[in-house]
Amino acid sequence: MGDVLVFAEHQEGHFPKTTLVAVGAGLELARKQGGACVGVVAGARADELAGELAAYGLGKVVVLDHPALTGRLADAYAQALAWTVSRLGAETLLATATAAGKDLMPRVAARMGAPMAADVIAFNDDASVVRPMYAGSALATVELQGKPRVITVRATAFEAAKPVASAAPVEKLTPEFDAAALKMRLVGFNATKSDRPQLTEASIVVSGGRGLKSAENFKEVLEPLVDELGAAMGASRAAVDAGFVPNDLQVGQTGKVVAPALYVAVGISGAIQHLAGMKDSKVIVAVNKDEEAPIFSVADYGLVADLFKAVPEMTTEVKKLKHA
Amino acid sequence: MKVLVTVKRVPDPATTIRVLPDGSGIATDNVKWVINPFDEIALEEALRIKEKLGGGEVVLVAVGEPSWQEQLRTGLAMGADRAILIRAAAALDTLAIARVLAKVVNDEKPDLVITGKQAIDDDSNQVGQMLAEMLGWPQATFASKVEISGTECTVVREADGGLETVAFPLPAVITADLRLNEPRYASLPGIMKARKKELKEIAVESLGADLAPKVKLRTLTPPAKRQAGRKVASVEELVGLLHSEAKVI
Ligand SMILES: Cc1cc2nc3c(=O)[nH]c(=O)nc-3n(C[C@H](O)[C@H](O)[C@H](O)COP(=O)(O)OP(=O)(O)OC[C@H]3O[C@@H](n4cnc5c(N)ncnc54)[C@H](O)[C@@H]3O)c2cc1C
Ligand SMILES: Nc1ncnc2c1ncn2[C@@H]1O[C@H](COP(=O)(O)O)[C@@H](O)[C@H]1O
Repeated sequence: MGDVLVFAEHQEGHFPKTTLVAVGAGLELARKQGGACVGVVAGARADELAGELAAYGLGKVVVLDHPALTGRLADAYAQALAWTVSRLGAETLLATATAAGKDLMPRVAARMGAPMAADVIAFNDDASVVRPMYAGSALATVELQGKPRVITVRATAFEAAKPVASAAPVEKLTPEFDAAALKMRLVGFNATKSDRPQLTEASIVVSGGRGLKSAENFKEVLEPLVDELGAAMGASRAAVDAGFVPNDLQVGQTGKVVAPALYVAVGISGAIQHLAGMKDSKVIVAVNKDEEAPIFSVADYGLVADLFKAVPEMTTEVKKLKHA
Repeated sequence: MKVLVTVKRVPDPATTIRVLPDGSGIATDNVKWVINPFDEIALEEALRIKEKLGGGEVVLVAVGEPSWQEQLRTGLAMGADRAILIRAAAALDTLAIARVLAKVVNDEKPDLVITGKQAIDDDSNQVGQMLAEMLGWPQATFASKVEISGTECTVVREADGGLETVAFPLPAVITADLRLNEPRYASLPGIMKARKKELKEIAVESLGADLAPKVKLRTLTPPAKRQAGRKVASVEELVGLLHSEAKVI
């Protein structure tokens, strides 16, 4: 029985789209393996959240009930998740490759002595998986030998699960582990405040690069376009490193991977590390004053122009369109 | 305070990677090899900790082929005190690398291990976390700020949607993210000194770690190439096409 256990990450009391993608991928894998897909929820408000999760077509939802699991700390969660995998006899533990997924899953794998593949984009019928390497310059077909095994999936490569008519049963378990041996403490969380859509959920993303030149320009030149389009804002590493925008807006090999219906790259040259995070977008637009910029090699529509002139014009044109 | 820094040899991030026609790997002619950029950041942090505390030792460890000496020498030139190369012929999977590193940690008994958050060749983002679990140590992944006071360590981490702060007693494993620091360059005197620093080689088999591969790389293929589209002449044309042709706005 090839059961799949999906780690259902939640942020500030709700499931982000990335979690529903994990469920979608888990359901697909369980079908392939001929097993059930089970969701596991822990932490604050886990009971209520389990009720929500039960609507997404899972065979069962497990709530992990333990005081050490309030703060999603890696040492506690690794123990609790490894215990759950063994208790349920699951064949695969699966999560999305979010920051939390990347933090926790390798630790669980190590605890179980289990092989792991990160950022998986496809499950093959022969049980091998496909994952990008070298910033997406190569796709590797990988076999994970032995059970259990651990997989993180890329959020852009699978469909999010959708609610179904019947609800899955919810079961509460108290994981057994040595809570006294835990040493990590959560001190605080400094949330990036934004009223805009989440980068990994938006259907339009507008990203700015070093060409924007300053934090003020992000505000005064780029943000009006972002908001007129109802888009999420992203950035290149150069823009983040320069402190123009917060770290978690970085798109790329070592930042977030996005694949919206429309991705607009403004003042971004298109280094391979940036392309790794956006080249699967449906439609790509590039605005750059350098006609040789590599970003144009992936852009469906390229505009060679000074962004300080072109972006305000775009904002006006989009506004016109909306009121037409 | 003794800090162990892990070092992997990877293709320079500016190298164009080409998959070999038979799918067995990547073409390595014309590849310039460097220290994994995240490991350089890890090393820089270790050096700063040593400088701030006014003493201690920074030890580099790599699990790889003899050619990796080159990157270890560079790390020594940046200021590390000594280096250990665990000689391993075959490419090991992340679990095996972590097991080997755990053996080294048990021998060396550092107060802190700093790894890169991810190797830019395999993009696994696993070894630091696996090592922490094998040692039963706390971990702080994707660190953008590290503060040490006595045996207590506080780390600001790059999480989804903001910055998370965690604290724990040492020893621990930290994985370095991009914004942790800006690595220094090796100075000329540093390069001269590095030649005389200890670079010990150990055969991986002698450590007695379980090396059996559980992750098997079957084949590599190049990704589908995205077709370049067209250039547009004006903003008006662009917005018009996005509306009427692409239908995305
Ligand atoms: C280990 C590692 C990891 C990395 N990870 C990432 C990652 O995850 N994401 C990422 O993005 N990068 C990443 N990078 C960095 C990457 O290699 C590039 O350095 C970075 O993407 C460049 O950002 P940029 O395009 O904004 O800046 P630049 O390359 O400097 O490009 C700026 C562009 O703006 C254009 N421009 C300037 N002024 C104007 C104007 N007035 N009007 C119009 N156009 C203008 C220029 O023509 C130029 O093309 C990583 C690098 C390393 C080594
Ligand atoms: N063969 C190796 N030798 C030494 N350190 C390694 C090796 N492989 C990975 N690491 C370390 O682990 C980090 C994460 O690598 P990875 O999990 O492969 O993405 C790297 O940045 C290195 O610091």
